[in-house]
Amino acid sequence: MHGHWYFARLAARREENATARTLLFDVEKWPGHLPGQHVDVRLTADDGYQAIRSYSLAAPAEGDRLELGVQPVEGGEVSPYLAEQLPLDAYVEVRGPLGGWFVWRGERTEPVLLLGGGSGIVPLRAMVRARRSSAARSPFLLLYALRSPAERWYAEELRPGADADGVRTRLLYSREAPAEEPRPAGRLTAADLAGAAEVEGGPPLCYVCGPTGFVEHAAGLLVAAGVPPGRVRTERFG
Amino acid sequence: MNTLSPGFHGHTRPRSDRLPPGQYPTEQFPVLSAGPTPEVPTSTWEFTLTGTEGERLRTWDWAGFGDLPQEEPTVDIHCVTRWTKWDTSWRGVSVDVLLEGVDTSASHVMAESYGGYTTNLPLADLTGGRAWIVHTFDGLPLPPEHGGPARLLVPHLYFWKSAKWVSGLRLLDRDEPGFWESVGYHMYGDPWREQRNRSD
Repeated sequence: MHGHWYFARLAARREENATARTLLFDVEKWPGHLPGQHVDVRLTADDGYQAIRSYSLAAPAEGDRLELGVQPVEGGEVSPYLAEQLPLDAYVEVRGPLGGWFVWRGERTEPVLLLGGGSGIVPLRAMVRARRSSAARSPFLLLYALRSPAERWYAEELRPGADADGVRTRLLYSREAPAEEPRPAGRLTAADLAGAAEVEGGPPLCYVCGPTGFVEHAAGLLVAAGVPPGRVRTERFG
Repeated sequence: MNTLSPGFHGHTRPRSDRLPPGQYPTEQFPVLSAGPTPEVPTSTWEFTLTGTEGERLRTWDWAGFGDLPQEEPTVDIHCVTRWTKWDTSWRGVSVDVLLEGVDTSASHVMAESYGGYTTNLPLADLTGGRAWIVHTFDGLPLPPEHGGPARLLVPHLYFWKSAKWVSGLRLLDRDEPGFWESVGYHMYGDPWREQRNRSD
């Protein structure tokens, strides 16, 4: 049932960095969702005016709990309100889960490449979470492109290197890198994807999410690196 | 005390006669695509009209397409991701011109694209001056991320029906789901009736 609107109570809000926020909602009788899916969020003003926007789900389904990632857009109608104003214990309405293409299904065993730009990391983080908590042992490589350390999301959870579950993570800074980072700050290049197309059991199923310019560039590099276009799934913001 | 989004005021109320339910107006031109943008040079571009038995009825190359009578529609477009863009201006060929003189009993059409994208529409929605194959946006060649070199334009339906990188139209005896329709989107997609998902 996509058509149904649920009441969602804001249970907690977490700061991911100076501007990005994670919002935790409780939704009674939530039907569950797949990693990579999104929801519509509806706000209602006192005069009855309503505004609706889509937000990616940042974590796999867990009971009645929904986790959304919100990057406020300057001058935006909905995102600044969600990020800063909506009080704890107040409600919004949500509808979903939505999206049947940009999803990772845990039963698949093929290698996966996740390529996130900026707040495009949000749905990919749900996939990493799902992979870590599942029995699946498909190779997972996460490439997280971001402008600077100050704009990093999920710093505790998505650390560079390989974790015990076999998920490898690399951070690719475009404007400003931390001192210990060997890769100089710069735009994503073919060199960053070297080897990504030829993994064991490959080519990988690729999920690319971020602003349009980033997704166009990254998806083009993947195809140039030899990944069949049909193996590249994209989701764009704005 | 109202506990439903308290303190939310929203922006200026847009004029509702041009805004379908659940949409918001945008000045930008966002992009929705399922995969990489295919590279389609106009030197090898072809547009094919295919009959219900798979037979090639008509084919145009880029130059031949440019020789057809051109129209310049200015229309509002509505994306299922909830943005609406008013007064977009295009240049291209009316689907009526492409179908002129074709005698068919087909009820539906599959729009097919370079890169493998497909979307289904009733044939009647592509005729009567309501659909075009466009190659120019705002006076400039249509950029690849927006469907260039040429895309379908069917502004009275949600914009995923306006297939990017279109390579042809295939006539169908009955309705079949295209790409997004087979992963849960609505078969018809009328924005004024909010036909977003299969269950709407």
